[in-house]
Amino acid sequence: MVPPVIETRGLRKVYAEGSEAEVVALKGVDLLIHRGDFVAIMGPSGSGKSTLMNLIGCLDTPSDGLYACDGIDVATLDAEELATLRREKIGFVFQGFHLLPRMSALDNVAMPLGYARVPPHERRERAQAALAAVGLGDRSHHRPSELSGGQQQRVAIARALINHPPILLADEPTGALDSKTGEEILSLFKQLRDDGHTVVLITHDAEVAEHADRIFVMRDGELHEEVRA
Amino acid sequence: MTWMDILRTAFFALRGNWMRSALTSLGVIIGIAAVIVMVSVGQGTQKEIDKLVSGLGSQRLDISPGGGRGPGGGARMSASSFFTLNQGDVDAIRDEIPEVQYVAGALRGNTQVVFSENNASTSWQGVQPDYFEINGWKIAEGSLFEADDYGGNGRDVILGDTVRRTLFGEDSGIGQTIRLGRVPLTVVGTLEAKGQGGFGQDQDDVVMVPLETGRRRLMGSMGLPPGAVMQIALTVADPKDLDYVQGEVEALLRQRHKIKPGDEDDFNVRNISQIVATRTATTNLMSKLLGAVAGICLIIGGIGIMNIMLVSVTERIKEIGLRMAVGAGPSDVRRQFLMEAILISLIGGVIGILIGIGGAVLVSKFSELPIALNAQVVGLAAAFSIVTGLFFGYYPARKASLLDPIEALRQQ
Repeated sequence: MVPPVIETRGLRKVYAEGSEAEVVALKGVDLLIHRGDFVAIMGPSGSGKSTLMNLIGCLDTPSDGLYACDGIDVATLDAEELATLRREKIGFVFQGFHLLPRMSALDNVAMPLGYARVPPHERRERAQAALAAVGLGDRSHHRPSELSGGQQQRVAIARALINHPPILLADEPTGALDSKTGEEILSLFKQLRDDGHTVVLITHDAEVAEHADRIFVMRDGELHEEVRA
Repeated sequence: MTWMDILRTAFFALRGNWMRSALTSLGVIIGIAAVIVMVSVGQGTQKEIDKLVSGLGSQRLDISPGGGRGPGGGARMSASSFFTLNQGDVDAIRDEIPEVQYVAGALRGNTQVVFSENNASTSWQGVQPDYFEINGWKIAEGSLFEADDYGGNGRDVILGDTVRRTLFGEDSGIGQTIRLGRVPLTVVGTLEAKGQGGFGQDQDDVVMVPLETGRRRLMGSMGLPPGAVMQIALTVADPKDLDYVQGEVEALLRQRHKIKPGDEDDFNVRNISQIVATRTATTNLMSKLLGAVAGICLIIGGIGIMNIMLVSVTERIKEIGLRMAVGAGPSDVRRQFLMEAILISLIGGVIGILIGIGGAVLVSKFSELPIALNAQVVGLAAAFSIVTGLFFGYYPARKASLLDPIEALRQQ
C-alpha cells in the first residue's frame, strides 16, 4: 500500500514553552492526506492554521507528536536536511507570489533546480516546460513586474512544481487576486489534482475552500474534518 | 547551486545596486592600489640596490681612516689621527694577503680645472695603477699612466667624460695642457662615461692623476703625514673570500697600527653590502609605512563591506526566506552572501590593481624612484582582496544563513 503523503499523529506545537508567554498553537493534530488529494485547511487567524502549514511545509519542526512527510519523519532533521526535504517534497505557493523582481519568469521558475544541482541547460528546458504547463510559455522572459497578478501566481505555481514535489502547499493563493483570476488559479489546482498532484490549500475563505475535495477546519489548535452534506 | 550559479547570482545582485557596490569597494580599491605601489616601489628600489651591488662588485672592500663612533670623537679631528692609513698599509696588504687581487690607495680633493677660457670646479683623484681596474674605469681615448708617471714626477692627467666635455666639447683633448689650480698637466687619456652613480652623483665629473703627483702638487700645505692615503680599495679574485679577507685586513692593520686588543680600530673596513644596508633600511621603512596604509585601508574597506552586506541581508530578508522555502539550505545562503562580499572586494581589488599600476608608473616618473611590477604582486593583491571579502563577509553571510525561513517569509 502506498503510504500517505502527509501523516501527522498527535502533532503539537508550543511556542515559548515553559515561560509565562507560553502559547500552545497545536493541541495534537491528526491528519492523513493521500496522493492525489485536494485538501483545504480553513480557519480564522490565530487558530493555528499557519503553524500547521509551517509544519507541513517542513519550515518548522513539531514540539511533540509525529509528522511523516512522504514517509520521512521530520523530527530529527537539522536545518540543512529540512531544506533538502522542502526542495524534494514541497512546492510552495504564497499569497504574495514571492517572485524575485530582478529575474525573468524563466529564471524564477528555474531557481529551485539550482539548489537541486540540475545542470543549467536542463533547467532552462524544464522551466520552459513548466511555464508552458501553466499557460505562460510565451511570457518566459518577462519580469514579474511586467506580468499581471494572475500570471505572477501562475509563475509561482510553475516554480512550485518544477522539482515534481509530491505536495503542493498553497497559502491563501487567491488572496491577492480578483475573484475571476482566483477562480482560474483554483481550476488550475483542480487540473493539477487530476494530473496526480497532492494539493493542500490553506485559506480563511470558505468559498475558496469549497473547491477542495476535503475540508478541514482549524479551531483553537484543533483540527476537524468538515463533513459535507 | 554550482559555483557558476552562485557567482552569477552574486553578480546580478551587485549589479542591481551598482552604485552602492562601487562605493563599498572604494576602500578595497585604495587599499589594493597602495599595496601595488608599495610593493612595486619597494621591489624596484631593491633591484636598483642589487644592480648597484653587482656594479660596484661584491668582491670589493673599502678601507677608510677613522674609528667607530664613541665618546671623545672630537679628538680624532687632528690631521695625524685623520690620516691613519698610509702607503705602507697598501703595500702590506698586497704582499701579505695573497687572496687580494687588486689594491690601490687614493688621495682626493677639489680643484678648479682650466683650459683656455673654459673652466670648471671638479674633484681630483690621486690614484695607483690598480685603481682603474678596481673601480671599473675604462679608457675611451689615449692611454693610462705609464709606470714611471707614478714616481711623483709625472705630469699627466686623465679626464672624466663630464670634465672633458666641459673643457674640450667634442674633442678628446689628448696632448693638451690644462691647469688644475695653478698646476699645469698634460692630458694623456679620457675615461669612458659611467653615468649617474647609485647615489645620484655624476661619476664622470672627475679627473685622475697619479697618487704621488697629487700628493706633491695638489694637496697643498695640509700637513699630510708622509705617505698618507685617504682611502684604500681592494678586490679579491673570488667573492667567497671576501669575508675572510676582510678579517685578514683588519688583523693586519691592527697589528701595523699597534692597536691593543680591546681598543678601537683607527680605520674602517666596509664591503658593499654594508654600504647599501643603510639605503635598504630606508627603503624598507618606506615600504612598511605604505604597507601600514594599505593594511588600514583594507580593514576600513572590509568594514564597509561588512556594513553593506548586513544592510543587504536585512533588505533581502524576503528573498532569503523564499530561497530557503524552495530548498536552499543554510550553507547555500551563506555561500551566496559570502560570494557577494568576495565579488565586491575582488572587483575593487582588480580596479585597485589597475590604479596601483598607474600610480606606480606616476611615482617613478615624478620621483625618480625605480619601480618593478610583476605578476606575483598582482596575484598577491588579488588574493588580499579575496581574503578581505571572505573575512568581512563571513559574519553577514552567517547571519543570513541562520535566518528562520518562517520569519523571513513573513517580512513585508
